Amino acid sequence: MTITKDTVKKISKLSRISTNSKFEEEMIKDLNSIIKFVDQLNELNIDKVEPLSSVVNEKATLREDEVKKMNAKNDILKNSPEDNENYYVVPKVIE
Amino acid sequence: MNNKFNYYLKGKKGEYEVVIGLEVHAQILSEAKLFSPSATKFGQEPNSQVSLVDAAMPGMLPVINKFCVEQAIKTGLGLNAKINNFSIFDRKNYFYADLPQGYQISQYKNPIVGEGKVILDMPYGTKEIGIERLHLEQDAGKSLHDQDPNNSFVDLNRSGIALMEIVSKPDLSSPEEVSVYIKKLRSIMRYLNTCDGNMEEGSLRADVNVSVRKKGSKDFGTRCEIKNMNSIKFIQQAIDFEAYRQIELIEDGKAVNQETRLFDNKKQETRSMRSKEDAHDYRYFPDPDLLPLKLDSDFIENIKKKLPELPDQKKQRLINEFKLSSYEAGVIISDKETSAYYENVAKNSDYKLASNWLTVELFAVLNKQNKNISDSPVSSINLAKLINLIKNNTISGKIAKTVFEEMVKTDGDPEKIVIDRGLKQQSDPKELEKIISKILENNGDKVKQYKSGKEKLFGFFVGQAMKETEGKGNPNLINDILKKMLK
Amino acid sequence: MSDITKLSLVDTVNNIKNKSISCEEVTSAYIKRINKSKKLNCYIESDFEQAINKAKSLDNKSDKNKKLFGAPIAVKDLFCTKNLQTTASSKILKGFKPQYESTVTSKLWDQDAILLGKLNCDEFAMGSSNETSFYGNVINPYRNKNDLVPGGSSGGCSSAVAANLTVSTVGTDTGGSIRQPASFTGIVGLKPTYGRCSRWGIVAFASSLDQAGPMTKNVKDASLMLEVISGYDQKDSTSSKKNSENFLNNLSKNIKGTKIGIPKEYVVEGMSKEIQKLWDKGIEICKSLGCEIINVSLPHTKYALPTYYIIAPAEASSNLARYDGVRYGFRSKGNDLIEMYENTRGEGFGREVKRRILIGTYVLSSGYYDAYYLKAQKVRSMIKKDFDDVYKEVDAILTPTAPSSAFAIGEKTSDPISMYLNDVFTVPTNLAGLPGISIPAGYDQNNLPLGLQVIGRHFDEQKILDISYALEDEIKFKASIEDWWINE
Ligand SMILES: [Mg+2]
Ligand SMILES: [Zn+2]
Repeated sequence: MTITKDTVKKISKLSRISTNSKFEEEMIKDLNSIIKFVDQLNELNIDKVEPLSSVVNEKATLREDEVKKMNAKNDILKNSPEDNENYYVVPKVIE
Repeated sequence: MNNKFNYYLKGKKGEYEVVIGLEVHAQILSEAKLFSPSATKFGQEPNSQVSLVDAAMPGMLPVINKFCVEQAIKTGLGLNAKINNFSIFDRKNYFYADLPQGYQISQYKNPIVGEGKVILDMPYGTKEIGIERLHLEQDAGKSLHDQDPNNSFVDLNRSGIALMEIVSKPDLSSPEEVSVYIKKLRSIMRYLNTCDGNMEEGSLRADVNVSVRKKGSKDFGTRCEIKNMNSIKFIQQAIDFEAYRQIELIEDGKAVNQETRLFDNKKQETRSMRSKEDAHDYRYFPDPDLLPLKLDSDFIENIKKKLPELPDQKKQRLINEFKLSSYEAGVIISDKETSAYYENVAKNSDYKLASNWLTVELFAVLNKQNKNISDSPVSSINLAKLINLIKNNTISGKIAKTVFEEMVKTDGDPEKIVIDRGLKQQSDPKELEKIISKILENNGDKVKQYKSGKEKLFGFFVGQAMKETEGKGNPNLINDILKKMLK
Repeated sequence: MSDITKLSLVDTVNNIKNKSISCEEVTSAYIKRINKSKKLNCYIESDFEQAINKAKSLDNKSDKNKKLFGAPIAVKDLFCTKNLQTTASSKILKGFKPQYESTVTSKLWDQDAILLGKLNCDEFAMGSSNETSFYGNVINPYRNKNDLVPGGSSGGCSSAVAANLTVSTVGTDTGGSIRQPASFTGIVGLKPTYGRCSRWGIVAFASSLDQAGPMTKNVKDASLMLEVISGYDQKDSTSSKKNSENFLNNLSKNIKGTKIGIPKEYVVEGMSKEIQKLWDKGIEICKSLGCEIINVSLPHTKYALPTYYIIAPAEASSNLARYDGVRYGFRSKGNDLIEMYENTRGEGFGREVKRRILIGTYVLSSGYYDAYYLKAQKVRSMIKKDFDDVYKEVDAILTPTAPSSAFAIGEKTSDPISMYLNDVFTVPTNLAGLPGISIPAGYDQNNLPLGLQVIGRHFDEQKILDISYALEDEIKFKASIEDWWINE
């Protein structure tokens, strides 16, 4: 598989990362070399292998249905770049 | 159990059927959120019910709320569905201002609940709607777009609240069936106490998938998904609009695009949501912060044992126990509170009268006052008392209606109303005989006519007797006495 | 005492407890040295006033029993520290002051350690040389003709421990980020079993691989640090319910009869003769201590790096989606929300981070998931099975830590693959979730340190600590840094 300029543009869009043509050129080169590297996995026959998503062998922790109070002003909004009357403020969303 | 009633839409070139599948998002009733310990109350100060996890602070991790898992299992059992001992939480990746993590934790390939079914009582018989799956996922926050011309405002109170997404098979074939289906789901969840079903507050929302096909065709047309609807009425309108829109496209030889649409209830139309189009690559993968959910059979069995009676079971029981018709029972069980009310009245009075008084008289009042049974002006105890007054001949059915009107106004005790207003039925045969013989004396000519065969005059004598007793005379007794005296 | 900062953690705490030095003296000594060591660029945030105040209050405390009493410790900037800026060395988190403390670091302060500050690292822990940091590269206190990298991503940590700018530290290791820099700077670095330490409050890179662990001057210090920071945390669903153990008390040099595996696949092309020599020396020492040496095979070793470079970026692409300029950190301008997102992330992330986000997005995207991500998860199974099989025969595995010693700054930045190859010996243990430790084993011809790695069974940290302790005792590695960077 090769990564083209269109691929870089598409995945940059999906990742919400702005690009310019210099960046795109760099990425075409870098990503292709990484993809070539990981394509080594094609040598393996994996038909009968189960995927491993966690090495943890224990059962998932389950929490009780209990409420803990937070302090919005201190804990949640303190670091926000912009807020107004306890709302986060962001540039207009275009539907 | 086939659809005996066919809902066809007329185009210029023929008739079409509409194929509908629903993705219902039901908010789980729980104190805390699905993966965090913040509260789930509706209508609180913005961002006041947000934990570090809900705001996706760096390094924060989700931990599953056990009760929410139980709620999903209960609901799955209520949908006659298969509960999966093994399920996986996945991340659905997309960017939006009210999605702090940049992904929604949901279940993709391995949901907690598999296939099930729901039975609808339609006027033309019962219809089975297949359930594809039920999965757990977290809700997003809320963005407000009209506070400010250049900015949107974000409130994360809803972010992370537990949802069950219930996906139906494309088995629904009319707006009416969709309405009954949603009401049935809501009723099941209310019986189970897993979702309050409050559509206005957004506790129940639906994405509606609509496609059309030529009448009798077995193929599926291209579908459109109408997003995030929270009113049954609008859903019905949207389906009709969307179906006709698609028919028109097809008849004009144009293609229906598979897309996401929004319903504008003011304009009564659906329109394409362009913003959704480029975001369709959700890149699902198992959430590495959460281990697979492995459930012991014991865990599921315990929930099963504690399951309350469900609407379908209750309906059967009411039919058996109270000899109600399938229709009557269906009406009474459609809502958990209504059926509880009914059982209270029936057990303390007469089950047949209880059904009549509830579904005819009380429903009319509730409808008029736009009230739920839970805030009925007439309590079940008082309604039972009223019915007992009729049964033991203290009042007639007619007087009962007067008493009922009074009860609606004052939530009064019917026994007291009857005494206070002197409405007690006159059932003393000697008193009545006295009154009736006086009437007969004063109407000698009519007695003569009656005896010579003009039997219609019987009603006149009854009327006179009722008039004399100010409507309180026991009608059965008056009948008997008249018959005896006019012999 | 002039050499306060040269003391080990265990000795420092003991000296404070038996009152030969005060907490304040120790903390002041470190602060003085840190202030003279700016050239190494280890510290990117500090609060020395708070540190001195805490030291003073500890000196007044009658109960001096806590395990890290008075130990001045700086931590990798991946750990969220309450009210102290935490950035993961990224511009995108500029100004972010967490209102919470990570589980691992709060365990340090619970044992009366003193927070000195935050240590530089590769941006979001993505790198093997500490050159991707928004705050600039860290410099290795060992040098050749040129300034050298300290390894990465915990390069600020390794350099700081080696240069005596913190008595010990905690780093994080996703593919070798504790062990490789430990090897490059002649210190001890331990990556515990996945799930041994809580990940709560650590800026996530790749959730299924990330693990916090100690970086110290010697094996005893590593044992003490591990017993402090490990243990179940109900806030981390992947943390193990196993209790912490008394690793320091249980530490034993007697490793007679231990079966040690030597995997043939760890002899890689281009590895220097000196590394092979050190490895052989390690094997000889083990033999002399009564261990049984067994040649083993981990056949899928060569696929570990390609697997890692699918899984780690995939998880990262999702983990880093939260840095969007809405709730904290850096925000750029934009006429609408999407533009703001793109500019914030475009300007806020450095090139390596963007590269990995893009690769991760690609391997998860529709049409490529099965070919890349799913396949990688399957190969991960095979790699784990390799280890499971070998551990039926042996108790631990001995390998070199890295295929080279520290390299010059800028030497490998142009080719991502040559940089990634640094982690060839460390990545397999992350994929399998196993514990691994790097200890200094000697020097190469340029007088640069080299490390050996001991890999253990799941949750068998005690065994690899014991082996390392025995090896350390025989190797007698001596740090040989001259304070060339000190600015009086
Ligand atoms: Mg949907
Ligand atoms: Zn959903």
